[in-house]
Amino acid sequence: MALLQIAEPGQSAAPHEHKLAVGIDLGTTNSLVASVRSGSAKTLVDNTGRDILPSVVRYTADSIVVGEDAAQQAVTDPENTISSVKRLMGKSFSDIDTARIPNVLVESASGQPLIKTVAGELNPVQVSAEILKALAARATESLAGELNGVVITVPAYFDDAQRQGTKDAANIAGLNVLRLLNEPTAAAIAYGLDAGQEGVIAVYDLGGGTFDISVLRLNKGVFEVLATGGDSALGGDDFDHLVVDWITTEAGLVGEQSLAMQRLLLIQAKQAKQALTDSDTVDITLALETVNWQGSLSRATFDELIQPLVKRTLLACRRSLKDADISKDEVLEVVMVGGSTRVPLVREKVGEFFAQQPLTSINPDKVVAIGAAIQADVLVGNKPDSELLLLDVTPLSLGLETMGNLVEKVIPRNTTIPVARAQEFTTFKDGQTAMTIHVLQGERELVSDCRSLARFSLTGIPPMAAGAAHIRVTFQVDADGLLSVSAMEKSSGVSASIQVKPSYGLGDDEVANMLKDSMTYAQEDVTARMLAEQQLEADRVMESLIVALQQDGKTLLSDAEQTAIENAIQILYKIRQGDDRDAIEKEIKTVDKLTQDFAARRMDASIRKALQGQSVDKV
Amino acid sequence: MNHFELFGLPVNFELDSASLATTYRELQRTLHPDKFANGSERERLLAVQKSSQVNDAYSTLKSPIQRAEYILAVCHEDIRGEQQTLQDPMFLMQQMEQHERLEDIPHAADPEQEIADFDDELSLSIKQYLQEFSQLVSIEHYHDAANVVRKLKFVYKLQTQLSTLEDSLLDY
Repeated sequence: MALLQIAEPGQSAAPHEHKLAVGIDLGTTNSLVASVRSGSAKTLVDNTGRDILPSVVRYTADSIVVGEDAAQQAVTDPENTISSVKRLMGKSFSDIDTARIPNVLVESASGQPLIKTVAGELNPVQVSAEILKALAARATESLAGELNGVVITVPAYFDDAQRQGTKDAANIAGLNVLRLLNEPTAAAIAYGLDAGQEGVIAVYDLGGGTFDISVLRLNKGVFEVLATGGDSALGGDDFDHLVVDWITTEAGLVGEQSLAMQRLLLIQAKQAKQALTDSDTVDITLALETVNWQGSLSRATFDELIQPLVKRTLLACRRSLKDADISKDEVLEVVMVGGSTRVPLVREKVGEFFAQQPLTSINPDKVVAIGAAIQADVLVGNKPDSELLLLDVTPLSLGLETMGNLVEKVIPRNTTIPVARAQEFTTFKDGQTAMTIHVLQGERELVSDCRSLARFSLTGIPPMAAGAAHIRVTFQVDADGLLSVSAMEKSSGVSASIQVKPSYGLGDDEVANMLKDSMTYAQEDVTARMLAEQQLEADRVMESLIVALQQDGKTLLSDAEQTAIENAIQILYKIRQGDDRDAIEKEIKTVDKLTQDFAARRMDASIRKALQGQSVDKV
Repeated sequence: MNHFELFGLPVNFELDSASLATTYRELQRTLHPDKFANGSERERLLAVQKSSQVNDAYSTLKSPIQRAEYILAVCHEDIRGEQQTLQDPMFLMQQMEQHERLEDIPHAADPEQEIADFDDELSLSIKQYLQEFSQLVSIEHYHDAANVVRKLKFVYKLQTQLSTLEDSLLDY
C-alpha cells in the first residue's frame, strides 16, 4: 500500500495509481473471478488455464481443497466434500430439505445448519469463505499484487440474511468488499456497456441454485433497476433432482440412498441434462454391485419434468414487468444469464413469453463475473470519469410485526436503494416501559409467513398512558441492500439500534472468532491487519480532505477554518506513521468532528451544482 | 428542504416527468454512495443519507397520487395516515356498485375482456380526478383538493384489487 504524499497539505494530492480490484461471481455450482486489464474485462484462469472454479470444497483432517480436485472426490468422499453450499447460506436448519443435501447436517444451538466433516462442524459461511480465498489467491497471483477491493455478486433475490452471510464470508477470507452487486445487474453492465444501449432490458438469470429476473432502464451509463423478482431456491440443481427422482423410479431403487449413491445419481442426472441440450435422447447406465440398470431419457420427458419449474420462472417475469409498469413490447432486449439458460425448453419458453429471441452472445457462465469486474474497476477509483452508476432496488418488502401477528410494511419491494423510511408506533398498555421490535422480510401479511430478520427491544420508555408514547422506528438499507434498524421514543429521546444481524446469520463475535481461527491469520496477523485497516481509513480521510480543500476550501471555508483543518491533517499524518491503532482511531474522530460541517456544505454545494447543470441544459 | 426544493422545482402538481427523471439521475450521479467508495466514513455516511433522501423524493414526486398527498402536506392539509373520513354519499354508492362489478367478473362470459374494460374506465376516472385536483390546488382550495385525493385512493385501491383478481384468474 503506497503511502500518501502530503509534505505540503493542500498542495498536492496523491498521484493517480492503478489499484487492483476484481469481480467475483460466487455461484452455486461454479465460481469465477474477473478483472479489467488494459481496458477490457477478462476472467482470470488458474495454472491449468481453466477459468471456472467448481464451487466445491473438500475437507480432510489437515487440508482444505477447493475446485476441480475437490469435485472429483465427491463420490469417494461424500461426507467431507461440500457442493452447492450457497443453497444453505443464511438459512435456518428447519428451512432445509436435508434429504436433498448429500452431506451430514446437524443443527447448531442457534438453529443454523452445520455440515459435519472430519475437520469439524462447519458453517456455510466458513465454507463459502474457502471458495473466496481460492479465487482471491488466483487473482493475487495472476495480477501480481495485493487486492485493494472486490465486488462480489449475489442473486438479486437474496434476502438480508443471505447477503449478510456473503459479506461475512468475504470478511473471513480477508477481502475488502467494495460492494455486493446483484447478479442480473452485473450481467446488464457487461451487455449494456458493450452495446452502449439505451432503453429497457430484461435479464433472465437461471443459475445452478437461484433464479432472478430484473427489469432495467439504461440511460447514458445509468443502470436503473425498475423491478426485480425471482426465487432464491430454484435453479439447475432442481432440474437435476427431478432427473434423479425419475431415475430412482425407473431403476426401481427403494429406500434411502447412501451419500455416495446420492452423489452418483446427481452426477448422472446432471450429465444427462447437459447431453439433452444438443441431443433428443440420452442413455443412462447404472452398473453397480447393488443395481444394474439401463434406461433412456428423451428430451420430451425431460421437458415434461421441468415444465412446472420453468412456468414458475415465467410467473416471476410477469410480476416483475407489472411491478416495473413496463409492457412486454417495451422490452428492447432479453439477456440470458446462467448455465441453466442453455436448456432448450428454457430458451424456447422465455422467447415465447417476451415474444423475441433472447440474447446469448456473451457466455452465460462468465457474463456476471465480467460485469462485476467492470464495476470493481470503477469503484476502486481507476476510472474517475466513468459515467457508470447503478441504482438497484430491494427485492423483498421489509416490515415490522404489529398487533395480531400482522406485518406492517415499512419499505415495499422494488424500492430504490439506498433508502431510509420511518414509521411511528405507540404503546398499547398504561405504563409500558419497553417495546419489542421484530423486523421481517417478505410479501405476506402474517408474521409466520415472512422471514424473521431480527428482534430487539427498546427499553427505558418513561411510563405514560397507553398511546401517549411516540416510538419512531427507522429502517435504513444501504447500497449493498443491507438493513439497519433504529428505534427512538420521541419525548424522552430513549433510543436503541441494531445493524440487523439476521436470526440465522452469524453474530459479530462469531465472525471475529472464525477470522482468528482461520488458518491464514495467526494472532499477530489479526493485530497487524486491524492496524493496517485503521491506517487505510486514515489515508482515506486525508486523501479525501486534501482533494476537498483543493476543490472547495476557498469558496466554502473561512481562512481560520481552512488553517484548522490543515493543522489537523498534519497531526493525523504524524500519528498515522506510528503503530498505535487506538491513537489513530481517536485522531480520525477528531478530524471527522472538525470537518463535519465542511463535508455537509460540500454535499449541499454539489446538489446545487447538479441542479444548475440541469437548468443550463434546459435552456 | 422539501422534495420539490431538493429537485429545484416549484411546489406544483403539474411537472415534466422526463425532466424529473433527468434531474434525478444527475443528483444520483453526484450523491450516490458508490461515488464515495474510497471516501472517508463521514463522506460515505452523508452520501447514504443524501442519496436516500433523493430516492425518497423521486419516488414521491413521480407517482401522481403520492405527489398529490405530498403537496397537501406541504400546504398544511396532511391526510397521510388518516382514517377514512370521506362523506360523499353519491361517491360511496358508486364505489359499492363498482365492488359488486368486481365480484361478478369471475362469472362473466369473457372475464379477460371485462377486466380490460373495467381497467380502462378506472384509468379514465383517475385521469379526471387528477385534473380536478390540479385545478383545485392551483386556486389554493386545499380542503376540496383533499377530498379529491380521498376519492382517488378509493379508485387506486380498486385498480389494485382488479389486478390481483387478474393474476388469480389467469392462473399464470
